[in-house]
Amino acid sequence: MELDTGATAWMLMSASLVLLMTPGLALFYGGMVRGKSVLNMMMMSFGALAVVGVIYVLWGWSMSYGADLGGIVGNPFDQFGLSGAIYDANGEFLIDDFGVPSIVGVGFQATFAIITVALISGAIADRAKFGTWMVFVAVWVTLCYFPMAHMVWGGGLLSGDGPFASIAAPIDFAGGTVVHINAGVAALVLALVVGKRKGFGSEPMRPHNLPLVMLGAALLWFGWFGFNGGSAFTADGFAGLAWVNTTVATAAAVLGWLVVEKLRDGSATSLGAASGVVAGLVAITPAAGSVSPVGSIAVGAIAGVLSAYAVGLKYKLGYDDSLDVVGVHLVSGLWGTVSIGFLATETGLFYGGGLNQLAVQAIIAVVAVVFSGVVTYLIAIALKAVMGWRVSEEAEVAGIDLAVHSETAYETIQQGSVAKEIRA
Amino acid sequence: MKLVTGVIQPHRLDDVKSALEAAGIRGMTVSEASGYGRQKGHTEVYRGAEYTVDLVPKVRVEVLVADEDAPTVVDVVVKAAQTGRIGDGKVWTTALDDVVRVRTGEHGDAAL
Repeated sequence: MELDTGATAWMLMSASLVLLMTPGLALFYGGMVRGKSVLNMMMMSFGALAVVGVIYVLWGWSMSYGADLGGIVGNPFDQFGLSGAIYDANGEFLIDDFGVPSIVGVGFQATFAIITVALISGAIADRAKFGTWMVFVAVWVTLCYFPMAHMVWGGGLLSGDGPFASIAAPIDFAGGTVVHINAGVAALVLALVVGKRKGFGSEPMRPHNLPLVMLGAALLWFGWFGFNGGSAFTADGFAGLAWVNTTVATAAAVLGWLVVEKLRDGSATSLGAASGVVAGLVAITPAAGSVSPVGSIAVGAIAGVLSAYAVGLKYKLGYDDSLDVVGVHLVSGLWGTVSIGFLATETGLFYGGGLNQLAVQAIIAVVAVVFSGVVTYLIAIALKAVMGWRVSEEAEVAGIDLAVHSETAYETIQQGSVAKEIRA
Repeated sequence: MKLVTGVIQPHRLDDVKSALEAAGIRGMTVSEASGYGRQKGHTEVYRGAEYTVDLVPKVRVEVLVADEDAPTVVDVVVKAAQTGRIGDGKVWTTALDDVVRVRTGEHGDAAL
């Protein structure tokens, strides 16, 4: 395959856009917590960036796209350290089927692994030990994310090469199962294992900085053009379709969320608009390559409405998914994955495609839920036993930023003097 | 000497400041405050969760005046801060033993 410089440029750009989503998520989540824990919240995203960024080139790529082991996972030693993943036998860069060097694909895929783990952190805001989180990131991305990526995208059980493909080829364009259902289920499990924040349900825990949340939502949306547009793997009409679908679904989801708020709560809120943005982006992620722009309106609007209602479940059911990773990512991720069965223009039920696609989409969604649920639970209770998840009650109440990071986000009146300076 | 303190609606601050300037008052201290009286708090909604916010934002205005000016200054602040709605705040005076101008060390009325 000859090098396609246009496609390569777009994929490098897309990878950069997706990487930007993780700092964007840090802002989105950071604004939603209280002022005493914003730095810890943002550090969980930056921590995920650091850990997964290193792991991905060591065994992440190989476990996702290396030699298949039972349809579940790639062999971590097949291309450990990217051996054999960059150059061919003649020392030339390997080029993929789209004319893009394989090393660009490695970078693109690494950014997906990073954001997926970071998404989970919103469920355990204000209370988790940073060290336990960092170890969780490494273990979870290895045992849960890489296998899921392999199963869906790397030729495994849930891909077009798997056993379900005889019914219909499963469709997960950019990560409804791998990213959002996976992270959403993990978030629910962690919220249950880690437990509620002190004062959950009795003390007000209002977002301390909504402009930060809006800024984060804007960066997520912008980055998502790489997430979905880049998942076409080249710069073509398919990428353009994904771009338009991404925007239309997101716009419709904002409308859906705001209508629910206006009717139910009396006011359309900025937090609702920012949340609608993310719900729409999540829902269209698996579907961006297979539905029409008009179909995207339905995908987005329904996602906005579903998630606007789903964020209230935690109060009814009593789990403290602090920043609604379940209500937004799991619920809209499930809907987006299943929506393909109705709205895919080639195989969807509403386009005369029958029930096969819908059945397959439901199957991959359920497998993703079960796999992520079981694996995350085992990791979470193991870490609870070995390291413990919670900071002390005193640290949580006084503020985790100061207790864990020795920093505070906002200056009040500065007192004291310099105790020690390090001069290089 | 008296300290006139007003806790008022934040959006009335500009009018109070202009009115005091027009009345010849040359200085004041303003700070952000929170509180409630008969107005009580308000309700905020975040992702469908309603919070009752008891303490609402207020502005505290403090003016140092000579004894004879105090009634006028109180009057000026009250007039400028008034909207007639619940939550307009309160103004009160406190008697002072002494006031010192930091720059010169002057005491009493000379420091005003």
